Amino acid sequence: MDNLIWLNTLVLGGVAFVAALVLYFVSRRFYVAPDETAEKIAAELPQANCGGCGYAGCSDFASACSKADENGFANLYCPVGGAKVMSKVAKIKGFSAAKKKPSVAVLHCQGTCSQAPAKVIYDAVSSCRIANQISVGKSGCPQGCLHLGDCVKVCKFGALSFDEETQMPVVDRKKCTSCGACVKACPRGLFEIRELSAKGALLYVACRNTQKGAAARKNCLSACIGCQKCSKLNSEIKVENNLSTIPMSVDADEWGQQLAEACPTKAIVYKEKAHA
Amino acid sequence: MPKTYTFPMGGIHVNKYKNTSDISIEFAGLPEFVTIPVKQHIGAPSKIIVNKGDKVKVGTLLADFDGVVSSDVHSSVSGEIVKMEALPNANGYEETMITIKVEGDEWEPSIDRSPDVVKEINFTPEEIVQKIRESGIVGMGGAGFPTPIKTSIPEGKKAEILIINGIECEPFLTADDRLMQEYAERIIMGARVLNRALGIQNAVIAIDENKPKAIDELQRLSKLYIGVNVRVCKTKYPQGGEKQLIKAITGKEIPSGKLPIDVGCVVQNVGTTFAVYEAVLKNKPLFERIITVSGNACANPANYRVRVGTPVSFLIEKTKTSMDDVEKVILGGPMMGTTITNINAPTTKLTSGVLLFKGAEFNKHHQTNCIRCGKCAGACPIGLRPFAIKDAFLHNSGVVELKELHALDCIECGCCAYSCPAHLPLLDYCKLSKQELRKK
Amino acid sequence: MLKVSTNPHMQTTRDTKSLMFDVVIALMPAAIAALLFFGVDALRVILTSVAACVMFEYLACRYWLKNGNTTTDYSAVITGLLLAYNLPSTMPCWMILIGAFVAIILAKICFGGLGCNIFNPALVGRVFLFISFPVQMTVWPKPYLFRMFSPDGETGATTLRMIKSISQTADSSQAMYAFEDLPEYWEMFVGNTGGCIGEVSALALLLGFGYMLWRRVISWHIPVVFIGTVLLLTSVLYWTTGNAKFLPLAHIFSGGLMLGAIFMATDYTTSPMTIKGQVIYAVMGGILTVIIRAFSAYPEGISFAILIMNAFVPLIDKFAVQRYFGEKK
Repeated sequence: MDNLIWLNTLVLGGVAFVAALVLYFVSRRFYVAPDETAEKIAAELPQANCGGCGYAGCSDFASACSKADENGFANLYCPVGGAKVMSKVAKIKGFSAAKKKPSVAVLHCQGTCSQAPAKVIYDAVSSCRIANQISVGKSGCPQGCLHLGDCVKVCKFGALSFDEETQMPVVDRKKCTSCGACVKACPRGLFEIRELSAKGALLYVACRNTQKGAAARKNCLSACIGCQKCSKLNSEIKVENNLSTIPMSVDADEWGQQLAEACPTKAIVYKEKAHA
Repeated sequence: MPKTYTFPMGGIHVNKYKNTSDISIEFAGLPEFVTIPVKQHIGAPSKIIVNKGDKVKVGTLLADFDGVVSSDVHSSVSGEIVKMEALPNANGYEETMITIKVEGDEWEPSIDRSPDVVKEINFTPEEIVQKIRESGIVGMGGAGFPTPIKTSIPEGKKAEILIINGIECEPFLTADDRLMQEYAERIIMGARVLNRALGIQNAVIAIDENKPKAIDELQRLSKLYIGVNVRVCKTKYPQGGEKQLIKAITGKEIPSGKLPIDVGCVVQNVGTTFAVYEAVLKNKPLFERIITVSGNACANPANYRVRVGTPVSFLIEKTKTSMDDVEKVILGGPMMGTTITNINAPTTKLTSGVLLFKGAEFNKHHQTNCIRCGKCAGACPIGLRPFAIKDAFLHNSGVVELKELHALDCIECGCCAYSCPAHLPLLDYCKLSKQELRKK
Repeated sequence: MLKVSTNPHMQTTRDTKSLMFDVVIALMPAAIAALLFFGVDALRVILTSVAACVMFEYLACRYWLKNGNTTTDYSAVITGLLLAYNLPSTMPCWMILIGAFVAIILAKICFGGLGCNIFNPALVGRVFLFISFPVQMTVWPKPYLFRMFSPDGETGATTLRMIKSISQTADSSQAMYAFEDLPEYWEMFVGNTGGCIGEVSALALLLGFGYMLWRRVISWHIPVVFIGTVLLLTSVLYWTTGNAKFLPLAHIFSGGLMLGAIFMATDYTTSPMTIKGQVIYAVMGGILTVIIRAFSAYPEGISFAILIMNAFVPLIDKFAVQRYFGEKK
């Protein structure tokens, strides 16, 4: 009986020893030196792995930061962490942080089911990309929201929700980290990461329709009809292809109220600072 | 029964509904206005060479080809050009179209309108290709690839066989069937013209089993012409797919990402062949085609000869169908066709059918869980595993896995989605995966 | 209003429900055979099991799972039938309830419901009962044609148990069973032997197999290859060793091989999806069956063999790829 115990101990011990040796040598052979700066940077990052920075994940971004020189570093920005995180990262690197104003995602469409009533029934897989290929969408607007929520599905921060009543995605400005996932997801490019004004207000044209006024208006009551009322008020606003675009140089705090009231179809949206 | 040919891998049997195969082709008539899109083919849009207010005749050139992969567009009616602007197409997206107000029916004098079949071919291959190009002929099976490119063999390659695709494996459609029954000799002459252009003496007309009249007619006539043979193929979907047809007739498989010419084959649709005959031997550009108007909501199904640019609604009215009964309008066949939202959109060179549907059979069925039965993999004629592509796409496994699954080889025939007992939209996932791969 | 949808605009009418219903029909001959050989007891077992499975499925779909109701697609009925077929006719009802609970809730719903389970639910239920209640699970009432009630609880052994015990005893005079005790082959084929209620009649199961082939519910590959492998392997072993435990036809016609190979190994969810994968799966399943039957403590090994192979299905699915069109062989 004693022999058996000894034998067992020996055999199992031997197996364990051999396994340990193998592990040791493999770990030596495939040793990767840790990038300490990258690890330090990674610790500061939000670890959401959203890809908003353009890298595969936070650790990828961290190693890119650690390798970057001063000029390269100026182009690296974590939209989720924002200025706060980037200043910490810059401190680790010893560079000055890139200055970016806070921003949020905005949707350039107001084609809700009451404003742009459905003219056809969509009966296929719930995907904006598929819908975009097989038709102009329910409302008939070739540049409007398709109401299927591809953007909601990609948002990792719960900042986008689907409003069943209007059939439109809604951006929660409090939660939005401006990672840009929705910008990439929308097959019609209806999202934009837009900077907030000094007082935290937003001013933009919530339409992307380039059809002539009458054609656009036929499908959607909230469409920009290219009437040029806004560009008469502020010459920086350009109306091209029957569509007005408000550049960031137009100060939302100063012009917002006025422009939004002037727009006959309420396509210009002015939103004051989001309150908690 | 003669030997029948088919492809070995996958495929499905669908209900045929070929209830229009005995209804003769009838001229649809002239609408009040036609709207002719300047892009009815794959490639660059054509350059408009006419102006608003111009008077045009039937067959007048409206837009010239622009670039190698492009095609000419001709007027299909005589009258006055009233508009040249972006108008909504069948899907509702805007496209540049030329609107012509129809006045009378005056043809270009160069077109030979006599009913005789021309049997002499007095052209060099270059002249034939040139004539095909000037007549604006594109692949009329649905892809719309400009035919002149297909008929000029690239250097270093050699065509061995010309296959005329007379297989209409889509349910409901009988346009090609009727064409073969009524214009068999002209199709054979078209095949000979194409043979001359390719410099070969070997043409095979492939027809599927469920068209006995077309087979009889073509078999009888083909005996009179050397180098033209008829092959009967099994009735199986997608027998008319280029890859499947070549495999069935020659036994050769086109490798992934290659073209038919890489295995020495040129495949032309019978409609295209007929258009080639008319273009080369009758000087008639491509401005009309045969369209089947059918479907279970269609009151009087028929095969029409339709001028390009005729609104879909005009054809629907012609069958005396009330739009109140129609739930779905499809251009093309039920397997690969697309639903349209704008019935005032024009028909094009590529429209093979207008199908009007109602009821549960032609609507999407209720989706249930994937039961992992593998019927999609069994039905795929390319040997793909649509279930795996679906999983890889939905779980974001990335492009590497999609590439390993050969997602790009998908021919979008819809066999997987047809055969799925859970009615999952497998084809949609395959299409999305292909786009994902192409993006990178 | 017009409808917009993606192609294809036609879809097969052979949906999950219709396929499953065909399987239920294919299982009916075995139910009739069970009634003939085991009387009302068999009916009691079948009804209890089916009712319990459908009930558990309904409750789980109603209160737990969110992705649709799968009670009406007959999948729970099949699980119930298969579980019942794998039990002896003397099984108490409360044990059947436990088996149904394990089969539906643990083996199916816990993995996500229809289509998501890794292991065949009915087999998990059976194996659970087999290990928990070994005594009740190995009592085999003697079958009598056209009897209504079990006469005095007379019990016997399964054919597989007999051939195994013949081989285990060195001195043939002391053996519990002799060759003479074995039922005739035609009896095994028709089902007049001891065993679980659904597995005894090879004839009834083959009728069901024919029906499923005719209705194209399954392809022939898994059952034929599975049974063929067992036949081949036992034949080779029998001719080389002469040991009674390898008696080939006894292996084929008695025990759960037919039931397992035709109805349980072919379960869509837990078998490979390509033909190539199915052949690999069936060959390995057949080998495992023979190994377990011949060399383990249990006389029957098909349920373990199929469950083990179920675990390999994801791996097989990953590597058993069909040839792509245009790819060199």
